[in-house]
Amino acid sequence: MADLTADLVADRTTEMMTVNIGPHHPATHGVLRLVVDLEGEVVRDLKPVIGYVHTGIEKSCEDKSYWKVIPFVERMDYVSYFFQMEAYCGAVERLIGLEIPPRAKYLRTIFLELNRIHSHLVWLGTTALDLGAISMLWYCFRERDRILDLFEMATGQRMHTRYFQVGGVIEDIPVGFEEKCRSFVHDMPIRVGQYEALLDRNEVFLQRTKGVGIVSHERLLDLGVTGPLLRAAGDPWDLRKAFDYLAYPEMDFKIPVGTVGDNYDRYRVRVAEMVESTKIIGQALEALPGGPFIAEDRKYVLPPRSELSTSMESLIHHFKLVTEGFRVDPGEIYYAIEGPRGELGCFVLADGSSKPARVHFRDPSFVNLQSFADMAKDSYVADMICSLGMLDPILGGVDR
Amino acid sequence: MPDGPGLELLRGEIDADAPGAVLATSYEKERAALIVDPDRIVEVLTWLRDTPGQGYRFLSSLHVADYLPAEPRFGVHYELLNRERVERLRVKAMLPAEGPEIDSVTDLFPTANFQEREAFDFFGVVFHGHPELTRILLPEDYVGWPQRRDFPVGGEPVTFTYSEERYG
Repeated sequence: MADLTADLVADRTTEMMTVNIGPHHPATHGVLRLVVDLEGEVVRDLKPVIGYVHTGIEKSCEDKSYWKVIPFVERMDYVSYFFQMEAYCGAVERLIGLEIPPRAKYLRTIFLELNRIHSHLVWLGTTALDLGAISMLWYCFRERDRILDLFEMATGQRMHTRYFQVGGVIEDIPVGFEEKCRSFVHDMPIRVGQYEALLDRNEVFLQRTKGVGIVSHERLLDLGVTGPLLRAAGDPWDLRKAFDYLAYPEMDFKIPVGTVGDNYDRYRVRVAEMVESTKIIGQALEALPGGPFIAEDRKYVLPPRSELSTSMESLIHHFKLVTEGFRVDPGEIYYAIEGPRGELGCFVLADGSSKPARVHFRDPSFVNLQSFADMAKDSYVADMICSLGMLDPILGGVDR
Repeated sequence: MPDGPGLELLRGEIDADAPGAVLATSYEKERAALIVDPDRIVEVLTWLRDTPGQGYRFLSSLHVADYLPAEPRFGVHYELLNRERVERLRVKAMLPAEGPEIDSVTDLFPTANFQEREAFDFFGVVFHGHPELTRILLPEDYVGWPQRRDFPVGGEPVTFTYSEERYG
């Protein structure tokens, strides 16, 4: 490949030009605007301009009782809604010191990993589409639909499921879910093999991704980049291994890493992660413990419907929780989990009332987007589109 | 996370090198926090990042919280992470209600760029030395700091006025 770092202006055939791209096109990964300095066809500098889908979710959360915040936070990063729920519910549980039962931990782990595969499938389909591989989109969305079917079966909703609650999950998985999930876990690695067969020996795909968009490991760390982008540069940093949360300490899985950190490595890491996620789901289904799926603490958790007609106390708890919500003693917490795009942190400040005084999300897309200028610098415009796809920002999460 | 005694040891070490920079410590919910003099935030963060044996090199998150009735009112939170020891440490600088301002840490941690802009955008906290301190998520001509606690929810006029005009 030609060395693009050299100055092209010297030959007097080109001049610097600032072009506005968006807000929308960059292959429509979201409403993102790019102000790009071009020298001929080569990107010399660029600035992402964001905020076009800002909806003030963090502010709205301050006006809702704790349990009513859950549907709001799900709508930030709309592709990884289970992760948003876990970050928020986990933060509140740690704030009030509520231990969730083992079955809830396993169920959450299963749904998080299903969501991770779902998120990576959306990424793979759309990014391959950016590079001209249209058929990948249909194959990826076919498998994604099976995951959404599983979500619908267990929660009643295909997206924005509101399944996780403070204290556990809202209801147990239905009969037949495990079987359906197992058949998915069986099929998915085969499907991933088929994706690889389509892309890994595709000359166009390889030429477009190999050696493109490299950012040094040091620079990635300085920019706070986490997740598959950091792992593609050879750094095996994964919060699922580093910190102890949910059922991950009991799971046997590997962290895929890349070598040089180009776009090809980013693709390889995510595809390998999908296979690792299916392993986790399989193990969690095997070891799924019995017992309650939500904590028994009536101060925070709704009593079962059946108790309401026989127990006055349950009725009172139900009434208090539904009308006012539970109160949380003053305190603050930052709880981070490994989302599909990196460290997804949730900061909750409680002031003693039944509404949070501040809910802040450290969204990985928002932070990772800062590395985009480094990725696209001194590459062609077409490679910039490819790098953006490999960065995988979800603008709903960026703008919140 | 450093535990309670570990946090006090850490404070002692900072005190030896930068006397008076740490105003207080707090340890709750198994999370350690240093409350730092806002004028010396860069000094303390540099110390935590570069001192051998500390190595809090990764800034996970920078965010602001509004503790409204309290004074100083705004808290700037720096969530530091030591990836070798897998330890998190929160550094907090409290700023007054009138004219909250603090030095930017973008030179130490380039990742703070967007996050400081976001804090400025929503709370009006001014970060001195930031390369481009402009609004990031809200429109450039927006007036007000909407994440402050005294900014009302629903303070924005509704743009869909059809029903209002028709039905009053």
